[in-house]
Amino acid sequence: MNGYDFIFAGTELTMLPSGALWWGQARTLCVSDLHLGKSERIARRGGTMLPPYETHDTLARLALDIERCAAATVICLGDSFDDLEASENLDDADALLLSRLMAGRRWVWIEGNHDPGPVEFGGTHLAELHAPPLTFRHIARPGAAGEISGHYHPKARVSLRGRRLSRPCLLHDSDRVILPAYGTYTGGLRADDAALARLMRAEAVAVLVGGVPRAIPMPRR
Amino acid sequence: MTILPALFHDWFAARGWQPHPHQLGMLSRASEPALMLIAPTGGGKTLAGFLPSLVDLAENPGVGLHTLYISPLKALAADMKRNLMTPIADMGLDIRVEDRSGDTTQTRKKAQRADPPHILLTTPESLALLLSYEDAPRIFAGLKRVVVDELHALAESKRGDQLMLCLTRLTALCPGLARVGLSATVEDPPALAQYFAPHPSPCAILTADPGPDPDIAMLTTDTPPPWSGGGAAYAIPEVLDQVRAHKTTLIFHNTRAQAEIFFHNLWLANEDALPIGIHHGSLSREARARVEQAMVEGRLKAIVCTGSLDLGLDWGDVDLVIQVGAPKNVKRLVQRIGRANHRYNAPSKALLLPANRWEIIECHAAIEAALAHDLDGDPRGPGPRDVLCQHILATACSGPFNADALFSQVTGAGAYAALTRADFDACLAFAATGGYALKAYDRWQRLMQRTDGLWQLRDPRQAQRIRMNMGTIIDTDTLKVRMRGAGRKPLGEVEESFAASLTQGDTFLMGGKIVRFESLREMEVQVSLDRGRKPKVAVFMGTKFSTSTQLSARILELLHRNPLPPLPDHTRDWIHLQKSVSQLPRVGRILLESFPHEGRAHSCIYGFAGKNAMQTLGLLVTRRMEEAGHGPLGFVATDYATLIWSLEPIADPVAMLDPTGLRDGLEGWLAENALMKRTFKNTATIAGLIERNLPGKRTTGRQATFSSDILYDTLRKYDPDHLMLQITRDEAMQGLIGFARIEDMLARTRGRIDHVHLDQVTPFAAPLFLEVGKVPVDGAGAEALLAAEADRLMAEAGLA
Repeated sequence: MNGYDFIFAGTELTMLPSGALWWGQARTLCVSDLHLGKSERIARRGGTMLPPYETHDTLARLALDIERCAAATVICLGDSFDDLEASENLDDADALLLSRLMAGRRWVWIEGNHDPGPVEFGGTHLAELHAPPLTFRHIARPGAAGEISGHYHPKARVSLRGRRLSRPCLLHDSDRVILPAYGTYTGGLRADDAALARLMRAEAVAVLVGGVPRAIPMPRR
Repeated sequence: MTILPALFHDWFAARGWQPHPHQLGMLSRASEPALMLIAPTGGGKTLAGFLPSLVDLAENPGVGLHTLYISPLKALAADMKRNLMTPIADMGLDIRVEDRSGDTTQTRKKAQRADPPHILLTTPESLALLLSYEDAPRIFAGLKRVVVDELHALAESKRGDQLMLCLTRLTALCPGLARVGLSATVEDPPALAQYFAPHPSPCAILTADPGPDPDIAMLTTDTPPPWSGGGAAYAIPEVLDQVRAHKTTLIFHNTRAQAEIFFHNLWLANEDALPIGIHHGSLSREARARVEQAMVEGRLKAIVCTGSLDLGLDWGDVDLVIQVGAPKNVKRLVQRIGRANHRYNAPSKALLLPANRWEIIECHAAIEAALAHDLDGDPRGPGPRDVLCQHILATACSGPFNADALFSQVTGAGAYAALTRADFDACLAFAATGGYALKAYDRWQRLMQRTDGLWQLRDPRQAQRIRMNMGTIIDTDTLKVRMRGAGRKPLGEVEESFAASLTQGDTFLMGGKIVRFESLREMEVQVSLDRGRKPKVAVFMGTKFSTSTQLSARILELLHRNPLPPLPDHTRDWIHLQKSVSQLPRVGRILLESFPHEGRAHSCIYGFAGKNAMQTLGLLVTRRMEEAGHGPLGFVATDYATLIWSLEPIADPVAMLDPTGLRDGLEGWLAENALMKRTFKNTATIAGLIERNLPGKRTTGRQATFSSDILYDTLRKYDPDHLMLQITRDEAMQGLIGFARIEDMLARTRGRIDHVHLDQVTPFAAPLFLEVGKVPVDGAGAEALLAAEADRLMAEAGLA
C-alpha cells in the first residue's frame, strides 16, 4: 500500500492516498466528513443543482479502500451525511451501494454536527467510540490524548519552484490526529488557520494526500 | 435646418454651436426601428443619440419612461445625467433624468420602479435586473427609445450578448420600440448592425464624417529598444520630453503590470516633478476617481493607463496619446488615438513606442493599417449559451413563460439568430433540472412546467437568489490591498495567488507606491509604505491580447517589401541579417529553424498566430516530440514564434505540424489544463451553476465551499457530454487556448513548411531566448518535485 505509516499512541497507523486512515492491528478503516447527499441538500434548500454524482463517487472510493484493506470495521467519523434528511433522500443506487459496503463488517457512525442523530442505515451509532488506546470523535477536544477526529477538513499548501500545490492533509502530533475530509464535494480549511494552530503542538506534522502521501511540518502563519 | 425645432435651434445658436450633420441625420431618421451611428470620438455622438428623445419630449411631454440609455460604464451614466441637465435646464424643458446602477440607493431604486423618469440612464446589468422583476411590464410601459452607447465595446463581451437578449425582451414588452446604437469606428459596420438589429429586421447605419486622419508616428529614441520584454523603460527621457511639450498626455499600456512598472520608472526620472497619475482596473475606485477628477480639472500633465481609459467622456484637454508596446490590434489603436484631441475636425496626435525589436515592425505595420483605415477584429462566434442559461433563469424570475415564445424571442438577437431549438432546449433543461444524464432533481428542480405548459420557478423565493447572481462580469479571485491601520481606504486589488506567494517583508508596486507586505488578515492584504527597495511585480489579471490575424499578415508582408519601409537602421540591419543567415517567414508558409545551442537542439517555429495560439502550439508539438522520442525539455512562445529546446532535433516537421489528429491529441492534455478549469468556472458561474453570492451569508467560509475544479472533474468523470463541459470546450478552443487560430494556420499552410538547418542561433530567434514565461516540459511531473520539497522541509524542521 502506498501509504504513510506512523506510530500514534503506541499503535501503528497508515494514512492512505485517498484520505482514509488504516489501523492495521484492529483491521479498522476510518474516514471522516463524507458529506453524502450534499448536492441533494443544496438543491432542496433552493440552491443550485450541482452535478449529482458526488455520493456515488465518495462511496466508490470508499469501496475501493475497504476492498484493498479487507477492513473488518469501518468508522465514519461524523458529518457522514450532509444532513439527516439527505440520508433519507439517498438515491436508490447509492443506498444499495452503501448497504453492500456495510454488509459483513462492523460499521460505526460517529455523530457529527451535520448528522447529530441516528440514520436509517444499520450500523452502530455513537457520540464517540473508545477503542483503547484510541478515541474516535468528530470534533477534537482540547486536552484529549490518543484522539482521532475530523470536522476541520484541513488542507495545506506547498510552494514548488514557482508553482503551488494545495491538497487535503492529515494533521498529527503526539496527542491527536485530525483527518482530512473524505467526501468528494468538500472544501478545506488551511492548516495554518488559528483554530488548528491552537489545537496542535508545535512539532505537528501535516501529511498531504491526493497523491502519494507526503509529510511536511504543519504550516504555521 | 427645417428638422430642428426653433427652441433647439436657438439653444445651439446661443452657444455658438452648429449641429453636426449626423446629429440632424439621427433626428430626421428618428422613426427608424433600428439605427446605428458610427462616429469618431468627440463627434457629439451621445447628443446625436439623445436629440430625437429631447425633441419628442419637448413636443409631447407625457408621463412614464420614454428613453432608456445604456452605457457599459456606471460613471458614464452618471456623467451623462449632468451633461443632459444643461440643455434641459437652458431650454426649460420638463424632462426628468435619472441614473440607476449598483451604486444607486435602495430607496431611490424603489421610487424609480414605482414612478419611472422620462429618461433612465443605466448599465446592462441594471437593465437585466429591472427586467427580472414581476412588474417589468409596468415599469417599461410606453418606452419609445433605447439608446446603447459604446456599442462596439459591449459587442466584444458577454455583457453585450446579455444586453441583446434583454433588448429582445424589451421589444416584446414595448412593440414599436426604436433601438439606437452609438459606436466608435469599427472594422465591419454591417456585422455590428446585424448584431444589434431586431432580427430578422435590419438595422440601418448612419456614418458620420470620420474627420481628418490622425497624426500618428513612432516615438524615436536615442537608445534602441531592447531585444525582448515589454517595459519600454529605455524611452523614459523621450516620453518625459513629450509630456513636457503637451498639455495632457495619455500613456496607454497593454497590461496593468507594465503600467505600474512604467509609472514607477517615470517617477524615478521625473526631476521636474511633473504631475503624472496612474489609472488601471486593479486600483480602488477611490484612487481611480481621484485621478479622473484631477484630469478633468486639468491638474495632470500625464496619466499612465490601460484599457481602463479606453471608454469614457472627454476627460480634460488630452492632446497626445502615447501607446507603449505593440498595439496588437489596429481597431483598438485607432479608438485609443481618438482619445487625443476630442475636438471634431482636428487631427488626433499619437506616438507609438515599441518595447522591443519585434514591436518596431509591428508598430510600423499598425501605423500603416491605421492610415489605410484597414481595421481588424475577430468575428464573434454565435451567442454564448451560458449567457442564454442565465437569461432563461432571469426570465423565470419575472414570471411564468412559454418556451416556444421565449425561443422565438431569443432568436431575435443577432448573435442567437442561428440558435437551434435543440440547443435552446438543452439550456432550458439545464436551467430547469441541471440537465444531467442522471435524473436526480425531479423533486428539487429550479424550474417546473405547469399543466398549462408554462414554465415557472418551483419556489418563488429563488428569484432573489437568482437575481443576486446575475451578470456576466466575472471577477478573478482578488484580495483588497490596504495600508495597515484601521479605517484606511483600500489601495487596490491583487490576485489571490499573488497574495499567497508573499511573505512578510516582500515589496511590490501598487498605484505607483512601493508597499511592503505585512500580513494577510480577514481576506485582505495589509501593507505598509516602503522606501527605496526594488519591488516584486504584482500579478494582475487584466486582459492579455494576442496580435490580430490581420496585423500579423501585414507584418509578414512588410518583411518582404523591397526596399524595406523606413524602419530604424538597427531594425533594417536585423531583418537583412536574418534574410542572409536563414530566411524570412512568408505568408501561407511556416518557417521552421533548427539549430544547436548550448548543447541542446532548438526548433523555432514562426507561425504568427498570436501568443495564446503559439503557446498551445508549443504544448502540442512538444507532446508529439515526446511521443517521437525527441526528448523535449521546454518552450517559450510570443505572438510570432514558438521556440522549443530538446535533446534531439525534430526529424520530420511535416508530421509534427500535421493538423489531422491534432484535436484528438489535445483532448487528454486539454482536459487537465488550468485554462480549461478557469474557463469552466466562468461559464458555470454565468450559467448559474456556481453561486457567487448567497442571501445573508458571506462566502468566505472556506471550509464550507469547495473548488469549482472538483465540479469540473466530477462532470468529466460521470457526465462528459454535459452542457457546461460543451460550452467550456468551445470557449477554450476560441479564447485562451487559441486552438481555432492554430487549426486555421495549419489549414492555410498545410504541409508548406520551410525547414532550415543552421549551426547557430538566428537573428529572429535570438530575442526568444530572452523572453520570460518559459514553460518546462516535465515528464517527471509535480510528484517528484513534491517529494524533494517535502524531504527538504522535514529535514530543515528537524522532523525527518
